[in-house]
Amino acid sequence: MIFNKNLKNVLLVIFATLILSACSTAKKSGNIDGDVYTGKDTVEYLASGVPDRVFFATNKSSLTTASRATLRKQANYLRKNKKLTVTIEGHADERGTREYNLALGERRANAARDYLMTYGISGKRISVISYGKEKPVNPASSPLAWSQNRRSVTVKVN
Amino acid sequence: MKKIILILIINFLTFSKLFALIEIDITRGNLDPLPIAISPLHVDIKSENYEGIKIKELGNDISKIVENNFRSTGLFNPLKKEAFVQKPDIAHLKPRFEDWRLIKAQALVTGKILVKDGKLKVEFRLWDLAAAKEMTALAFTTTPSNWRRVAHIISDKIYERLTGEEGYFDTRIIYVAESGPKNQRVKKLAIMDQDGAKTKYLTLGNELVLTPRFNPTNQMVTYMSYFRNMPRVYLLDIETGTQEVVGNFPGMTFAPRFSPDGKKIVMSFAKDGNSDIYTMDLESRVVERITDHSSIDTSPSFSPDGKFIAFNSDRSGLQQIYVMRSDGSGVKRITFGNGIYGTPVWSPRGDLIAFTKMRKGRFYIGVMRTDGTGERLLTENYYQEAPSWSPNGRVLVFYRETKAGSKGEGFSAKLWSIDITGYNERRLKTETDASDPSWSSLLSK
Repeated sequence: MIFNKNLKNVLLVIFATLILSACSTAKKSGNIDGDVYTGKDTVEYLASGVPDRVFFATNKSSLTTASRATLRKQANYLRKNKKLTVTIEGHADERGTREYNLALGERRANAARDYLMTYGISGKRISVISYGKEKPVNPASSPLAWSQNRRSVTVKVN
Repeated sequence: MKKIILILIINFLTFSKLFALIEIDITRGNLDPLPIAISPLHVDIKSENYEGIKIKELGNDISKIVENNFRSTGLFNPLKKEAFVQKPDIAHLKPRFEDWRLIKAQALVTGKILVKDGKLKVEFRLWDLAAAKEMTALAFTTTPSNWRRVAHIISDKIYERLTGEEGYFDTRIIYVAESGPKNQRVKKLAIMDQDGAKTKYLTLGNELVLTPRFNPTNQMVTYMSYFRNMPRVYLLDIETGTQEVVGNFPGMTFAPRFSPDGKKIVMSFAKDGNSDIYTMDLESRVVERITDHSSIDTSPSFSPDGKFIAFNSDRSGLQQIYVMRSDGSGVKRITFGNGIYGTPVWSPRGDLIAFTKMRKGRFYIGVMRTDGTGERLLTENYYQEAPSWSPNGRVLVFYRETKAGSKGEGFSAKLWSIDITGYNERRLKTETDASDPSWSSLLSK
C-alpha cells in the first residue's frame, strides 16, 4: 500500500515534469521564457558583469532563477562598494489599469530589495520607487516589449 | 367623498399625461432621437458691446452650443437652421406651431438676450409643438463673459424638462493632457468644459501627474504627482493654484478620491511591497487605515451615501472588485465573472458600479449592481480604462489607448464617452492626447 502510494507520487512528479517541460518549450520563443524576458537587449550594467535589471511574469512579482542570480551579483557589488546607495525602480507593462500597476511596480521593486537584503545589504541603502506603466523601456505594443517593460531596475543614487 | 378625491386624482393624472406629449425615455437606448429645433437667440438691439465679445453673434453662438450639447446625448436630433421658418424674435413671442411641425420638429427652443450695463440678461422658452404650448421658460442675469455657461445652463433645463432627469452640460472635466513619444510622455493636469471648450492647463509638465479627481464642490482636485521624484497624493485648489501633499506618509500614496461629503480623501499607501487603503480627514489631518491585508488594495471609491467603499484587490490571486463598509469591516468580493476586474467607481445615484474588465487581451468598460449582479459590458477595445460618471449617472467618460508599432508609433490616448445603455459611444474633443478623466458635478448647483 505504502509502496503503491510512493509509486503514485513518483509517477505524478514525472508526469508533472513532463507537462511543465512541454509548457516551457512550447512558450519559449526568442528572448521570452514563459512570459519572462530572458534577453539582454535593454539591460544596462551597474559595473562590468553586474546587470541592472530583472524581469517578471505578467501580474507577478516573484523572482526567477535568473533574476536571483542577477540580484546576487548586485548584492556582491554593493558589498564591495559600501558607500553606494541605490534606488530600485519597479515597472509594469501597459496591459493593466494604471492604479493597480503602480502597486504592482512597488511590489516588484520590493521583491528585488528584499532579496538584496537577505544577502546582507542594509535596507537603508536601498530606496524603491514605482513608476507603474508610466516609463516603458520599449514603447512597442507587443509581447516582447511588455516582457521587457515588466522589470525592476537598480539605479545608483550617489 | 373618497371616491371624488380618487376621481380627481385620476383626472389629474390623465390630464397631465395629455399635456406631457413629448417625453424621452432615456432608460432604453434611443435609436429614434427626438427632432428638436433650436432657434438662434434674438439679440436685443439695445445691446451694448462688452469686452471683445461679438454681441451680434452671441444669440447664434449660444444656440450652437445648445445644439451641440443635444446632439452629443444621442437622444435628440437638432434640426438644420436653414429650414427654420420664423425669425427668432417672433418665434420667441409665440411660434406658429403648424409651421414648425411642418419641418418635423417636435420641440422648439427660443430665446432672447440683452447685454446692458455690463450684464447679460437671458430668457428662453421650450415649446411643445404637438400640444402647441409652452413647456418651460426661464430668465436669468449673469456677466457676459459667462455666455458659454449660459448655453450649458439652458441645455440642462431643457434636458431636465424633456427627460425628467438632471442635466450634465454645465460641468467640467479634469484630465491628464499627454504629449511626446510614448516612452517620454509629458503629462499635465488640464481642465475643460464638458464640450471640450475652455481648456486650461494647471501644471507645467515638469513632473509626472496622474489620476486627478474633483471634490464634490469642484473647487479642489486630488491627484498623484511625482514632484521631486516622490510619488504622493496632492491636493490642489483650482482657483488659487495652491498645492499641498496629503498626509505625511513615508512611501508612495496613490489612487486618491474624495469622500462624498468632501471631508476626507481615500487613497492607497504602498509600503514594503504591500498597498493598503487609508483615509485622511482634511480638517483634522487624522489618518485612518481602512484595509490591512498582504495583497494589493487600491482604487477605492466611496458610495454616494458614504457608507461603503468599493475597491480593487488581488487577495484572491488576481485583480477583483470588493465592497466593504467605510470603516473597513464586512469586506465582500463582488466580481466572479470570467476575466479580471479593476477601477470600480460608484455611480452618483448609488445603484451601479462602473469598472474596467480585462479578458483574453481585450479591455471592457462595464457596469454592475453594487452586489456584483447584473454585469453589463458597454464597450470593448484594445485598451481602455478609468470610467468616471456624469453627475446624473447616465454617461461614462473613460480613456482609450491605441496599439503602438515597433517604435511606439501610432500610439494615442483619447477620451471617450458612452451612455450606460451601451449606445452613443463618442470621442471627446481635447487639444492634446488625454487620459484619466474625472467629471465634475453640476457647477450651477
